[in-house]
Amino acid sequence: MNGEMMTMLDLAPAWAEIFVLAAVCLILLVDVFLADRHRWFTYALCMLTLAGAAFLTATHGATERITTFHGMFVADPLADVLKLFTYAMVAVGFLYSREYLVRRGLFKGEYYLLGLFAMLGVMVMISAGSLLTIYLGLELLSLSSYALVAFDRESGVAAESAMKYFVLGAIASGALLYGMSILYGVTGSLRLDDIAVAVQELGAGNIGLLFGLAFVIVGVAFKFGAVPFHMWLPDVYHGAPTPVTLFLTAAPKVGAFALAIRLLAEGLGGMHDGWRDMVIVLSVLSIVVGNLVAIAQTNLKRMLAYSTISHVGFILLGILAGTTAGYQAALYYTITYVIMAVGSFGMILLLSREGFEADRLDDFKGLNRRSPWFAAVMLMLMFSTAGVPPFVGFWAKVGVIGAVLDVGYTWLAALAVFFSVVGAYYYLRLVKLMYFDEPEGEHPVIAGTAMRATLSVNGLAVLYLGIFPAGLLELCMRVLP
Amino acid sequence: MQFDWPILSVLVWLPIAGGVLALLLGDRAPGAARWVSLVTSVATFVLSVLLWNGFDRSTAAMQFAERIAWIPAFNAWYDLGVDGISMPLIVLTAFITPLVVIAGWSVIERKVSQYFASFLILEGLMIGVFASLDALLFYVFWEAMLIPMFIIIGIWGGPRRVYATIKFFLYTFLGSVLMLVALIYMYLKSGSYDIAAFQGLPLGMREQVLIFIAFLAAFAVKVPMWPVHTWLPDAHVEAPTGGSVILAAIMLKMGGYGFLRFSLPITPDASQELAWLVITLSLIAVVYIGFVALVQNDMKKLIAYSSIAHMGFVTLGSFLAFDIFAATGELRGVAMGIDGAMVQMISHGLVSGAMFLCVGVLYDRVHSREISAYGGVVNTMPVFASFMVLFAMANAGLPGTSGFVGEFLVILASFRADFWYALLAGTTLVLGAAYTLWLVKRVVFGAVANDNVAALEDLNAREFVVLGALAAAVLIVGIWPAPLLDVMRATVEQLVQQLMVSKL
Repeated sequence: MNGEMMTMLDLAPAWAEIFVLAAVCLILLVDVFLADRHRWFTYALCMLTLAGAAFLTATHGATERITTFHGMFVADPLADVLKLFTYAMVAVGFLYSREYLVRRGLFKGEYYLLGLFAMLGVMVMISAGSLLTIYLGLELLSLSSYALVAFDRESGVAAESAMKYFVLGAIASGALLYGMSILYGVTGSLRLDDIAVAVQELGAGNIGLLFGLAFVIVGVAFKFGAVPFHMWLPDVYHGAPTPVTLFLTAAPKVGAFALAIRLLAEGLGGMHDGWRDMVIVLSVLSIVVGNLVAIAQTNLKRMLAYSTISHVGFILLGILAGTTAGYQAALYYTITYVIMAVGSFGMILLLSREGFEADRLDDFKGLNRRSPWFAAVMLMLMFSTAGVPPFVGFWAKVGVIGAVLDVGYTWLAALAVFFSVVGAYYYLRLVKLMYFDEPEGEHPVIAGTAMRATLSVNGLAVLYLGIFPAGLLELCMRVLP
Repeated sequence: MQFDWPILSVLVWLPIAGGVLALLLGDRAPGAARWVSLVTSVATFVLSVLLWNGFDRSTAAMQFAERIAWIPAFNAWYDLGVDGISMPLIVLTAFITPLVVIAGWSVIERKVSQYFASFLILEGLMIGVFASLDALLFYVFWEAMLIPMFIIIGIWGGPRRVYATIKFFLYTFLGSVLMLVALIYMYLKSGSYDIAAFQGLPLGMREQVLIFIAFLAAFAVKVPMWPVHTWLPDAHVEAPTGGSVILAAIMLKMGGYGFLRFSLPITPDASQELAWLVITLSLIAVVYIGFVALVQNDMKKLIAYSSIAHMGFVTLGSFLAFDIFAATGELRGVAMGIDGAMVQMISHGLVSGAMFLCVGVLYDRVHSREISAYGGVVNTMPVFASFMVLFAMANAGLPGTSGFVGEFLVILASFRADFWYALLAGTTLVLGAAYTLWLVKRVVFGAVANDNVAALEDLNAREFVVLGALAAAVLIVGIWPAPLLDVMRATVEQLVQQLMVSKL
């Protein structure tokens, strides 16, 4: 152990993480002493934590790449943007979930604390400069997620999906760790910077590196939910309580993207020729399987799970291109996808009520009659997810298709667009249910003002970003030069 | 003549704003939604007339141009402008929409505000398609159009509307995404999404063929050409009257416009290589679909198939260019073919729109589209019968009506290319007359067939205004097509020049 003293300056880039950790511990203690009827206080404290973390990240914003903790922690503009976005999505997710949790007696402090722990894991992954940091963040995220999925003790489906998630996640984490250990063995360092240098020296064809790479890809693919490592996704999305599903589709996706960027693009960027073909396979399978199987689903959460898989395929298209434009496109796709997905699950939460899950497709029947405005919001979200202009999902697709065409994979682009048409079918089906069918009963939409307002803004954001995509595109280009 | 204010942007966004306003007024005040829609669509039409009057006929350059930075990341601009091809189509769009609004005035009872809002937003998007000079902007408008049409057919359509509208959406969407890949490819090659830049972009033969096929996928579905036409009969039949009119009168024209704006100038060599394909498919549409129309029992389906046959003329006229030049060595015949295609687009827009409105008039009264449910309508509805016969004659191509001008120009042009093309194309004169006049004979003439027909009331003022306006337009274009041809002349000549220059 060296005698270096850690100065305050060293900790500055990590203030947000330290703050969140300290706040979570504090809220945990406070929560123990609160009566059930005062649980809103925990909720408020968690939201304040998010606000505080956002403040810290924004004020300590890094304009260039800074490392701390002996290179294990990286702060750069990409990390700041991803973290701020994560705070926002987690906050929105918490807001959407509140009424649902209250109605089902799940309004416990632990829910928000586990959520914040998971978010902390994502933050650590985003700022990872070393293999160990990646693993640390990943495990923190995963273990918190397993617990969140099992949160509803009375639900058998939730317990089953938590078990599946846990077992499969453990295997995938194990594979990732094994791959990391091989990389460490071959390159001699855990730090991603050093690994990148070693990759240049050893050459991309080094058998040891390729071996480690394969296992690492398995771990990344699992976290994304890419085919054929996707089997946990539909079950977990279906079985978990809807707020947890919403959370899982937001924060961990950003984490998975950060994982891919830090590990594959930055650390192992020199091995692009090695992992490109693997990612092509993952991407093609995800797009094909995700879109085809989604058609057969009657449960909306499962359908959105398969839709997620297909979108992961598109994100991987941007990553496999290996160009700056490709990574920027993948970042843009991730951000816009999370916005759309959070909105879609928010709509499911909006329609759920006492003793009623609102996750069957038929629950959306005749929504145009029950609530024309929210039917319109869901219409915008669905067409956006399908990639139809003038919504933001279209620009996401243009970005990744352009990136793929730029490196000469015309067949891949044609396949991707073909399957996005196949995928459009199940989004159209939902619009059809809302607009063309009669409602099954007189079920007015009951929700508080905050939720209605946020969901409306969510839907309008999808339209606004679709008509004026320049701002978000510029942001993505600036943070990934 | 240029205006100080951005007329094209107003033409695009005024209907959209009006539609949104109608939507916000909601169903608590359906009358307000109707009046907002009517006022907005009439205002848009008046503006389009200003556009016509202010158009400079001597130049092929883009007029009333506007250019604002939109997406610097993709080098895509909010670039609007019109020339002799797009301007008449915009006027057509602005002319048809108020008629559709009036036609649906008291017929629609459910979700009235959403109905009119959809049509108005659709109008803005369609004008946007015609006015776009930036390929990405064009694509955004092109795809965005599908959403209101999807809703219109799905909510207010007939019994099989869900099947029809999903088929319509997916078919058109599939063709369009292939075009997107081609557009992005050309952007990566040229550095911008400017359509003019694409037209000047040098492309190798293999690239041209692939891009041509991608465009063909999109436009052939839109036109529609045989064999990707099967969505049209379903969509037209199941759509409400207003939806059918807009589909037939304007949305089909976008395919023809696409061929003229994109396929021909951007990939001239591939167009020359594959012209035989397009000509063959067009002639199949004219002849075979003409026969299919002959055996229909459903009025709307018959008119739908007739639409496909007439649009066959449009694609035929556009792609005869190379054969004509090869045969005659002169550009005059080439221009005639394209002129014919353009006039046919305008004329067919008016005539098919009118025929669907006539069927709509009958449907509103009897609630049946079967030919067998009618007979001897002339006895109880003589004014209506006169309109219907006029439009039927126009559909058949009677000289003096607009239908004749386009067909005559295309057949004359095809004579210069090849005798057999002309012969096959000319069969439309026989087939078109056959199915249209037989329809008219069964429905309009003869003795009163049943009690439903006996109880028919003649046109009310609203319907009279709509059909009258269309009749006037059909006759004016038919008797005096010179203004229309004048407007197009410079642009068509420039297009012909572009076609003759190889990019290889």
